[in-house]
Amino acid sequence: MAIDVLMPALSPTMEEGTLAKWLVAEGDHVKSGQIIAEIETDKATMEFEAVDEGIVGKILVAAGTAGVKVNDPILRLIEAGEDANAAPAPAAAKAAPVAAAPLAAAPTAAAVAVVSKASPDWPAGTPMKTMTVREALREAMAEEMRANPNVMLMGEEVGEYQGAYKISQGLLDEFGPKRVVDTPITEIGFTGIAVGAAWGGLNPIVEFMTFNFSLQAIDHILNSAAKTNYMSGGQLGCPIVFRGANGAAARVGAQHSQDFAAWYASIPGLKVVMPYSAADAKGLLKQAIRDPNPVVFLENEIMYGQSFEVPDLPDFTIPFGKARIWREGTDATIVSFGIGMRYALEAADILAKEGLSIEVIDLRTLRPLDYDTVLASIQKTNRCVCVEEGFPVASMSDHLASTIMQRAFDYLDAPVITCTGKDVPMPYAANLEKLALVTTAEVVAAVKSVCYR
Amino acid sequence: MAAKSTTADTGATAGKKSNVSKDELLKYYREMLLIRRFEEKAGQLYGMGLIGGFCHLYIGQEAVVVGLEACTKEGDKRVTSYRDHGHMLACGMDANGVMAELTGREGGYSRGKGGSMHMFSREKHFYGGHGIVGAQVPIGAGLAMADKYKGNDNVTFTYFGDGAANQGQVYETYNMAELWDLPVIFVIENNGYAMGTSVKRSTKSTTLFGRGLAYGIPGEQVDGMDVLAVKAAGEKAVAHCRAGKGPYILEMMTYRYRGHSMSDPAKYRTREEVEKMKAEKDAIEHVRDLLLGAGLANEDELKAIDKQIKDVVNASAEFAKDSPEPSVSELYTDIYA
Repeated sequence: MAIDVLMPALSPTMEEGTLAKWLVAEGDHVKSGQIIAEIETDKATMEFEAVDEGIVGKILVAAGTAGVKVNDPILRLIEAGEDANAAPAPAAAKAAPVAAAPLAAAPTAAAVAVVSKASPDWPAGTPMKTMTVREALREAMAEEMRANPNVMLMGEEVGEYQGAYKISQGLLDEFGPKRVVDTPITEIGFTGIAVGAAWGGLNPIVEFMTFNFSLQAIDHILNSAAKTNYMSGGQLGCPIVFRGANGAAARVGAQHSQDFAAWYASIPGLKVVMPYSAADAKGLLKQAIRDPNPVVFLENEIMYGQSFEVPDLPDFTIPFGKARIWREGTDATIVSFGIGMRYALEAADILAKEGLSIEVIDLRTLRPLDYDTVLASIQKTNRCVCVEEGFPVASMSDHLASTIMQRAFDYLDAPVITCTGKDVPMPYAANLEKLALVTTAEVVAAVKSVCYR
Repeated sequence: MAAKSTTADTGATAGKKSNVSKDELLKYYREMLLIRRFEEKAGQLYGMGLIGGFCHLYIGQEAVVVGLEACTKEGDKRVTSYRDHGHMLACGMDANGVMAELTGREGGYSRGKGGSMHMFSREKHFYGGHGIVGAQVPIGAGLAMADKYKGNDNVTFTYFGDGAANQGQVYETYNMAELWDLPVIFVIENNGYAMGTSVKRSTKSTTLFGRGLAYGIPGEQVDGMDVLAVKAAGEKAVAHCRAGKGPYILEMMTYRYRGHSMSDPAKYRTREEVEKMKAEKDAIEHVRDLLLGAGLANEDELKAIDKQIKDVVNASAEFAKDSPEPSVSELYTDIYA
């Protein structure tokens, strides 16, 4: 009986990958456990082992094919004397078109096109290039490391492994082990060391593999890095960046799925950045590395592989405390940041089809926070919905709602609605996980509610 | 690898050394006495309500920091815990600025915004003053990392107590400091008590420096009540670090005469124990005896020094009382660099 070998999922967030290389040919005998292919995910190139034994009857996806969806058949194993073309029919039919398919455009990339006005962040006419958030972050670090010999990166697997999420890929080769430092798995220890190194004159970038592990080190982020400039009467600023994946990824459960935006944004002495687009990721990370203060830079694993237009400039930064208006509108304002922008922009698209003109604001930095842009928008639209993936209690959205209530009460035609993650630890089950996060449908409903529609 | 354990009788050895100069002994005497009189005055001001909050006095432990400061050169760094007044005075920070910080005044090192536990001086390479037990240990290693990165031969003195020695981050730091050969001296000021918990009640380890051996870090126990023994051990540790051989641990066996903080009733030890240490092991009396015994100084000379120190301390108290409270506009300054 022929067996179709399927494209494997090799990371929690992998939906497709590139079949980099076949290590077997048609007619070869394959043993269980034998490495048969190399598959490239957005994080790494992985070896793929056969589970079943058999003869390679047919290679269904050619080497070098990109965009192969998880669970698509890639190879057919047959028994001796069996016909390679007569096989588990339903799956085989799907294989051919997938193999030829180009890299699917990320749904969020399309959102770039709806930006309603030129960015204030770079001059009109600036040439743009398409880039993933991952590449943007790597470029930002590489450019700043080239420009300043005291900028260095440290963290778990940032060097030889090339980054757990491939953000630091190539940096060890270019800058060497003195400036790209692999640490043992000791968050509080290496974070404290990095703070000391910053006081000693370096500009460390500390990568937390994910911000969940920053809890081990939060004492140094708050008590050592954030407060000492104040406690020293201005003598001891701490030029350091804490960066890494924050928030829910996919199916990794409660301990690895938490958004710390509101936690860190509540601390005076820290600056907190949470970019959505690749251009913002690059410009804001470069700004963070140059800032003389501790900056918490919150990335998102799901966003790493998303592509955006990024200005093709040798050097550009984006200032802190400047929100970006992604689309202008008159009926209601959606305020969001980070991955929350996905829901905000999707909702605005849906609502536009129903005749509602929605202004969408990406805060980009949570501390300092651009209150003026938010309040000016509300003076225009008189309605506001705040969107984020974090927990609802003491969320950024709560803070925004309270600020809007205190500073723009007379302009409001409806109470501000906050759309957040649910008040539960992140469940593992796929259906429950979806429910625990904020959804586009909830944002659409909230906007309709504040518009009394 | 050095793993030598020496006990309290090194004091006798050092005391008989004839090659210690009069100037050197007088310098130690003066510096230790300044710390003691300063701390006594701080205790007094606390009692008067001029100093608030937590105030941890260094009385009894003076020989540790004075002996180690004698091993430093310009560029060397130091970082310690909240029991930090002695370290600041020993590295040359101004008594007025320290005392005025204790009273929360504009003339303080942190302009009144840090307090007893949070003072810093970039000029003197003093990096705090840290209120979280053990947090200064990786910070000290990080300061050393910056020096190694820059390729100089500076050394960082990282002080912590026997209580902090049980914090996990200390061992994370040991591991990385040795892995990366960082020029850091870990100085464990073992005064026998972590607040009210004696070392015996918190660990079965017989030495604290010995734990470093598991990470490959050499170290030794030193009579921390004998400034000459401290100095000798410090020189050895400094030579190790400056030669690029990585970290070194000095476990200073010392004793704090006062409570953990001003609000400590000290029920965890007997009055006799404290009095015995004062009578038999006092670091200042030890140097005084050396000076007088060897005929290097007479009572009048020492009295004159006592008077000078008293004047400095009294002046610092006056300064700390007269310096105004920070302007209310200071509330929102210095949050960001």
